[in-house]
Amino acid sequence: MSKSDPNAPKRLALIASKGTLDWAYPPFILASAGAAMGWEVGIFFTFFGLTLLKPKLSAQVSALGNPAMPMKMPFGPEGFQNINWPMPNILMANVPGFETLATGLMKQTFKNKGVATVEELRDMCVELDVRMIGCQMTMDVFGFKREDFIPESEIGGAATFLEYAADADVQLFV
Amino acid sequence: MDVITEDQVLDCTGLLCPMPIVKTTKAIKELESGQVLKMIATDPGSPPDIEAWSRQTGNELLRSLTEEGKFIFFLRKK
Repeated sequence: MSKSDPNAPKRLALIASKGTLDWAYPPFILASAGAAMGWEVGIFFTFFGLTLLKPKLSAQVSALGNPAMPMKMPFGPEGFQNINWPMPNILMANVPGFETLATGLMKQTFKNKGVATVEELRDMCVELDVRMIGCQMTMDVFGFKREDFIPESEIGGAATFLEYAADADVQLFV
Repeated sequence: MDVITEDQVLDCTGLLCPMPIVKTTKAIKELESGQVLKMIATDPGSPPDIEAWSRQTGNELLRSLTEEGKFIFFLRKK
């Protein structure tokens, strides 16, 4: 009970509800940063976010969910790399392979800039004892089994997360 | 300014958030209480982040300076 004990560390409770590459970053970045500051951190992975607990991450960029997404080219002269290429939704929605292309560009750009991969960030979270709770209901709906997820995770439901979040200093839905 | 002698150096050059503070946390765990870690970063977000990290963890930020585009921090383990 973090609230009753004044010496208890601060607590961060996160919900990760999205499984695309771009949305995989915020929960793992915040969780690893919080844990690095000595906070207790827990993430509840639900709906599409549950796939972030699979041993092999295959998160992709979904252009459709990001209508204002600019794209940058991770190669060429600096001026060229700095251009924001506007991507009309009609293009993103209809060109086969666009998501693979957008995913590749994002991964390369992030790598060039020095951003850790989602896998690295998740490994950090594991190392820093971030509690990772997979949503039982989502497992049932999508037909996942316990062994589909990393062993460091646990399985729970809404009540498990809410009890944890009730004593948290920061709660965020991603 | 007094000279600060570090016990350990951590180079976070080229790394972006949250890696500098994550690596700093891991590095400081290896030190004894009172020992000093010198951390070097290039992420412009690291000065405010290291200050926040220092306040939250209680590990004292003895000094921070900028040298040739690099941010250098001296942190004493509590």
